[in-house]
Amino acid sequence: MNSPSAPAFPPFTPEHSALRQAVKDFCIKEIAPYSEEWDKEGIFPVELFKKAGEMGLLGIRVDPSWGGLGMDWWATTAYVEGLTYCENAGVAMALMVQSDMATPIIHEIGTEEQKDLFLKPAVAGDKIAALGISEPNAGSDVANLECRARKVGDEYVISGQKLWITNGTRADFITLGVRTGEDGFGGISLLTFPTDVKGYSIGRKLDKIGNLASDTAELFFDECRVPARFLLGQENMGFYHIMTNFQGERLVAALSAMAGMEKAVREAIQYGTERSAFGRPIGKFQVWRHRFAEHLTAIEAGRWLCYRAVDLEDRGQPATREITMAKLFCGDLAQRVMYDCMQFYGGFGYTTEYPVGRAWRDIRLLTVGGGTSEVMKEILVKMEGL
Amino acid sequence: MNIGVLLKQVPDTESRIKINGDANGIEDGDIKWIVNPYDEFAVEQALQVKSAVGGEVVIFSLGSSRTLDAARTALAMGADRAVILDDDGFAGSDSLGVAASLAKAAQEEGIELLFAGKQAIDDDAVQVPQIVGTLLEWPVATAISSYEQDGDSVTVKREVGGGQTEVIKVTLPAVFTADKGLNSPRYASLPGIMKAKSKPVKRYTADDLGVEAGADNAKVTTDGYHMPPPRPAGRILDGELGDQVKELVKLLRQEAKVL
Repeated sequence: MNSPSAPAFPPFTPEHSALRQAVKDFCIKEIAPYSEEWDKEGIFPVELFKKAGEMGLLGIRVDPSWGGLGMDWWATTAYVEGLTYCENAGVAMALMVQSDMATPIIHEIGTEEQKDLFLKPAVAGDKIAALGISEPNAGSDVANLECRARKVGDEYVISGQKLWITNGTRADFITLGVRTGEDGFGGISLLTFPTDVKGYSIGRKLDKIGNLASDTAELFFDECRVPARFLLGQENMGFYHIMTNFQGERLVAALSAMAGMEKAVREAIQYGTERSAFGRPIGKFQVWRHRFAEHLTAIEAGRWLCYRAVDLEDRGQPATREITMAKLFCGDLAQRVMYDCMQFYGGFGYTTEYPVGRAWRDIRLLTVGGGTSEVMKEILVKMEGL
Repeated sequence: MNIGVLLKQVPDTESRIKINGDANGIEDGDIKWIVNPYDEFAVEQALQVKSAVGGEVVIFSLGSSRTLDAARTALAMGADRAVILDDDGFAGSDSLGVAASLAKAAQEEGIELLFAGKQAIDDDAVQVPQIVGTLLEWPVATAISSYEQDGDSVTVKREVGGGQTEVIKVTLPAVFTADKGLNSPRYASLPGIMKAKSKPVKRYTADDLGVEAGADNAKVTTDGYHMPPPRPAGRILDGELGDQVKELVKLLRQEAKVL
């Protein structure tokens, strides 16, 4: 991003800046022009995964032996910041699910076979990945998921359902959370689940209020059999694996909120120089100047909280506290910032003619997806011993 | 085949251009610099020729130290190496000085085929590739919209206006300048960016090349810069439709002078 407040923080090398710019150019040419069309269609062309794979977007931290770039978390940060230029949070989310939510755990704990069958083609954009954790009765409450996998011989037999699964209608595989043991968090496992298995079916594609170009599905599993070697990590340790995986997902969500709201504020400030009312540009009214000064200050604070979390995560230090705070702070702040940006555009903001309407709608997800703001607070309550 | 591309770094089309205090150039503090968009077609064509006939693609760029960023973008697209003409001895060159320097550098590097954009979008001088071709005594085909190579014979098409297409056959070595539509330039992919870091970059000074360049040798001098006059506000005609048409024709003839 070229805003005056773009960081000159040492971890961003010229290479990171070039990466951010390349992602931005890709978004401006390949996604933004079709943003509205894809929102109306409720889906985007599947070829985009391949294009993103060829660009190298889908495996930034993945080891080169699996087709990735082997770069650091600052490269992922630059990628997420560049992605805001696609003007379509739904498409950005679909790509981030592929790159940073469904696959990192395979990279981290998967077997060579699992990496070869699932990670490698996902990084190349040849296979579409989804993360299957949430269920009708277990959203934030992951420990109570019910989708059951029974071990029969050298197979797992899976029955149950999943809900709110991004990329769900066309996923080639799912990083799937299942119950293999007792009730509660101690009985959960993760599996790599190929979707061409008998008994697997896609229910509804859910209608949402935002992120329209991204498909969100309800999935059913009826006695689906997968080889027992598709277990990801250790049996009944899935809850811990999921919690580890969530850290990356939440960090990416926080970064995406921060970059998204900054872009919206910058665009609003620009709009304020072009639109006049009562004889002067609307950006010259003190009420708005002060409001934007406040927002830019808060966004800057959010940025450095995010970067602090990125730094910890990048160095392999415990980062749950900071990531949780970043997701909570940026997700909540983005609601207020987008509300004001939309208000600033007045009647135009309420139409779909300006990107701010879509951004306002789409940003709403960020206090809900990847763990609600309330769950973030509960995590902090526990960590701080309150 | 050794394929060269002449590449220029220019201000992003979205940059707001301001004239500097001395009115002898533009303020470059806030400007974002990009590869001249027409040059991207030239790089793409060079890469396509390389994949068809083999060889290497060498980027030539004259400018200050930041011009290397533009060359790196071309390296990230897949070019093999870059030659940068970055030296005070080149500063203030006119088109002839720039062309003489690039032509000499291309000769030094054993280039057998040159591509360039049809023009740079900053000064739109449309001179350098043509002069380079003249100095090398190579044929030049400008603003090509298609390119087919068969051995050392190349057939190109040019859109010449009025829906007409000109077809030219050229024998290599030659210089070609690319028009929009020649191809679809590939992106600098992230793996490409990573690889570009370690690709070789060679630098030449004016002395290395033994060329007469720089402000002292320029035959064209710039007296000053000024912004174009601001556009006057639009006018909306009113009254009866017939009167409006008459008024419009009158204005187009007398004020806009387009009829």
